Amino acid sequence: MDILIKRKRGIIKVLFVSFFQIGAFTWGGGYAMVPLIQRELVQKKRLMNDDDFINILSIAQSFPGAIAINTAGLVGNRLAGFPGLLVAIFGSVLPSFIIMIAAATILYHFSGLALLERFFRGAIPAVVALIATGIFSIAKRALKRRFDLILSGLLFVLALVFGFHPFWIILIGALTGLVRKS
Amino acid sequence: MIYFYLFLAFTRIGLLAFGGGIAVLPLIQKEIVDTYQWLTTTQFLDLVTLSELTPGPIAINSATFVGYRVGGIFGAFIATGSFCLPSVIFILFISKFLSLFEGNEKVQKIMKGLRPSVIALMSLAGFSIAQNGIMDWFAVVLCVLSFILVWRKMIDPIFMLILAGFAGIVFYR
Repeated sequence: MDILIKRKRGIIKVLFVSFFQIGAFTWGGGYAMVPLIQRELVQKKRLMNDDDFINILSIAQSFPGAIAINTAGLVGNRLAGFPGLLVAIFGSVLPSFIIMIAAATILYHFSGLALLERFFRGAIPAVVALIATGIFSIAKRALKRRFDLILSGLLFVLALVFGFHPFWIILIGALTGLVRKS
Repeated sequence: MIYFYLFLAFTRIGLLAFGGGIAVLPLIQKEIVDTYQWLTTTQFLDLVTLSELTPGPIAINSATFVGYRVGGIFGAFIATGSFCLPSVIFILFISKFLSLFEGNEKVQKIMKGLRPSVIALMSLAGFSIAQNGIMDWFAVVLCVLSFILVWRKMIDPIFMLILAGFAGIVFYR
């Protein structure tokens, strides 16, 4: 019994350390951290096998929330129940939390600083470019059918021109998915 | 009261966060710029840039940043926790009824149906940021150049952002 409790504590510690590292070193979240989790928990720590992991990954995408958080929570829950779930999510969120509070403090003290404003003015067009590459690479994989292409164009117009709340854009997509034959 | 509004806003964002990252930006913008006016559009653009520059999911970065600005450390904690809350509840629910979820045909269909929504929302995010952040020909050149370099995988995206930022420092004097 003691050994079991010790083992569970060990797993919880491993979960926290692993997800803290993953959270601290992946930019953009989501899919960027998938290979890291796999290397850390499947290959190095051998806490689950590849099939388990792929299973968790597909489930993580089928409900709302950040994919990084969902994956962490599902892994934690599978390995150590509810405490594992909380610890894994806490570990993966903590680095962003600390860094953003530091950034917010710095920005607040230096707001109105011309140098910083000029930096952002230059960086924002690059952000737009990054978003565009993201859209293209996803569209290339996901919009294979003309129907999908037309629907995404239509939803874009609904949101941009008619100011539809993102909720409706999500709902319309989900409903058309349910209704049509695959 | 502000904590209650933070809770409401970020639980809503967490509940509707499909497709990850950029697709969630219009939702965040709607809540924190339009509805609650916690940030101006310019501050929102800075936040997006900052989120791209720092590690972690954009939604988490936004929640922490906005929560902190509006309600200090406790506000940051509430906002970030509220964003994660729907995930925690879904995971607990799913682990109880895994058989209902895993390989479920309806769930698969909904996920496929969401793809056009996700792409539309990502385009909306890109469009609204471009509309507010690309004001002159230099910005257009920076945007096109960054796109080519990143799309062709000739440069790391984060490095490109920093480079563009320094180009801004040099050019906009």
